[in-house]
Amino acid sequence: MAQPLIDCDIHNQFPGLLALEPYLEDHWRAYLNESAFVGPDCNDYPAGAPTSFRPDHKPDPADPPGSDFELLRQRTLDAWDLEYGILTGSYWVQSVHDPHLAAALASALNNWQRDHWLDREPRLRASLLVPGQNPELAAREIDRLGGHPGFVQVLLPVRSHVPYGNHCHDPIYSAAARHDLVVGIHFGGASGNPPTPCGWPSTYLEEYAGMAQIFQSQVLSLIAEGTLDRFPQLRVALIEGGFTWMPSLMWRLDKEWKGLRRDTPWIKRPPSEYIREHFRLTLQPLDAPPAKEQLLQIIEQLESEDLLMFSTDYPHWHFDESEEALPSGLPEPLLSKIRAENARFFYRL
Amino acid sequence: MVTTPIDIVEPSKPNERARKMAIIDTDIHNDVPSDETLYRYLPDRWRRYHEMIGLRGFYGTSYPRASRNAARHDAWPPSGLPPGSDLGFVQSQLLDTWDIEYGVLNCLRAAGRQQNLEYGAALARALNEWQVEDWLEPEPRLRASMVVPYEDGDLAAEEIDRASQHPGFVQVLVTARTSEPLGRRRYWKLYEAAARNNLPVGIHFGGTGGRPLTGAGWPSHYLEDHAGMPQAFQAQVISLVCEGVFERFPELKIVLIEGGLAWIPPLAWRLDRSWERLREEVPYLSHPPSSYIRKHFWITTQPMEEPPQAKYFRQLLEQLDSNDRLLFATDYPHWDFDNPDRALPSHLPPPLRRRILADNARALYRFEA
Repeated sequence: MAQPLIDCDIHNQFPGLLALEPYLEDHWRAYLNESAFVGPDCNDYPAGAPTSFRPDHKPDPADPPGSDFELLRQRTLDAWDLEYGILTGSYWVQSVHDPHLAAALASALNNWQRDHWLDREPRLRASLLVPGQNPELAAREIDRLGGHPGFVQVLLPVRSHVPYGNHCHDPIYSAAARHDLVVGIHFGGASGNPPTPCGWPSTYLEEYAGMAQIFQSQVLSLIAEGTLDRFPQLRVALIEGGFTWMPSLMWRLDKEWKGLRRDTPWIKRPPSEYIREHFRLTLQPLDAPPAKEQLLQIIEQLESEDLLMFSTDYPHWHFDESEEALPSGLPEPLLSKIRAENARFFYRL
Repeated sequence: MVTTPIDIVEPSKPNERARKMAIIDTDIHNDVPSDETLYRYLPDRWRRYHEMIGLRGFYGTSYPRASRNAARHDAWPPSGLPPGSDLGFVQSQLLDTWDIEYGVLNCLRAAGRQQNLEYGAALARALNEWQVEDWLEPEPRLRASMVVPYEDGDLAAEEIDRASQHPGFVQVLVTARTSEPLGRRRYWKLYEAAARNNLPVGIHFGGTGGRPLTGAGWPSHYLEDHAGMPQAFQAQVISLVCEGVFERFPELKIVLIEGGLAWIPPLAWRLDRSWERLREEVPYLSHPPSSYIRKHFWITTQPMEEPPQAKYFRQLLEQLDSNDRLLFATDYPHWDFDNPDRALPSHLPPPLRRRILADNARALYRFEA
């Protein structure tokens, strides 16, 4: 029998606002129609960019990649013989500045995911979309559906209005804790803040590669602001942000903490310990170095076998052949942990 | 201010091994003792402006720092002047104590980020004139970076051409946090002038460009401000490479000052992998991003990441593949000063130690041996 495999990053793209109509109140339906709303002002995955979809994952040019249930099932669950697949449909309601509209859209999307994905396929799990810019409304949505066994995570875009460690987000973490849900921080988002500390870059290549720095800022924030001390059970998945930068971040933060811990006495342990306890990272994009042994060095430098979780990041294009999805030469039990066991434990599957 | 000197820096016995190796310090901060000093060099119009309005940068961006002036407690000179502003004290506490062969001054006065660009240009020029008269002329071991109004390409180029006439200036200084990513066109005239005058451009820790300190918004603590600086450096490296700045200015050399170094290999890998998919967007790049990084960037050591195992540090150096690009720096007089005897890992082979402590900087800045 094949070794178990769990894919922690499968994008189910929702096909268009028409699909949400049954789930929206009259007021919002009218508002969206009359304003010709086309969706959040967000361009994480430019429609023609080669990173946005592998050519064979988008057979019909008119369909958004990842929107075809049957194709997704074939290309992920069946092709990989997955035990579980975690959906990370990222429709960033956080970029809708009206928090009530954002909340209505999030609820509609979650209902749609429940009816059209979770109910149809027992191997799938899904992520709750929430209006994270209004933590109180986000918590309400988590309480509404967090008890549904199909939802295993609250999904937030890495590009936030305010870093996620800030106390203002605590209601989200309280609600996630009430339902024992992972908080997933995912590539993308459009808060209106520039994606770099120095403003807006010119090219998508820069924005894409630079997303890793925003993940780094979020990790630092969640540690520095004491969030992980206020919520000792909090589990945070870093999705689609790469992982090869993590050892260097651990080293830097541990050193900084030694020098500055007097200023932040609520940080009780070296930051790397919080990272190993609370954070997990999905595998793709690998951001692989040219030499194979260097990738193994990075994995060794993480100093934990528990941190990485397999992902294909379907339908995005990171590899052509299945063998390239996992680094070769991984020893057991590390390999089994990356394939499935880390995710099984983290997501309580 | 009363401070108790803390004996954490001066070794009781000079370390013999380090003593035998030359030391070049590539990051020393000199400061203006007072506005009066500045007024010796500021034209009347800008002196009046300075008195009436004063510094006006992108405010709302500061975090109370670990110590006053972010300085070592023992770096306040007996003269009562601010740390780094008393040449005699810098000579005795830094240059003489550590027998530093050459030191590069990086004055961090905020001329480069003034909203009033012409005022910023006047300040930059005054600071450079002051550096010549009070630092470079009296102390032959010192060299300096020129302060420039870097948010405006024309004004920056003008000051670079002017200040370059003094041989003591060896570098153009900008900061890691700018208003736009440094690869953008508005900065190209600065690079053109730097290349014309054969000067490296140093990107130093700090600055404020009016943007939230992270791509995720404003953090709360100085720890995040300080530990988060590598994210700004990474954005600058990405921008300089992806905008094709090195295709346009093939001789340009960039020095990353006080940004750390362990993030460079993973950034280079991620850029290469992303570029493989997206290269059609940047057809002017004739090489993978990592090759520009390898060719055009130098890196100062302080504050160096400290992996928990010596093995990891060796792996890092191997991944970085830039042993000829690492430059030792103390960051005097700041609180996170690196001690020349103890900052570099003890397991570094002596030939490499020698390169990092002096030879690489000597070659880059063309210091006489």
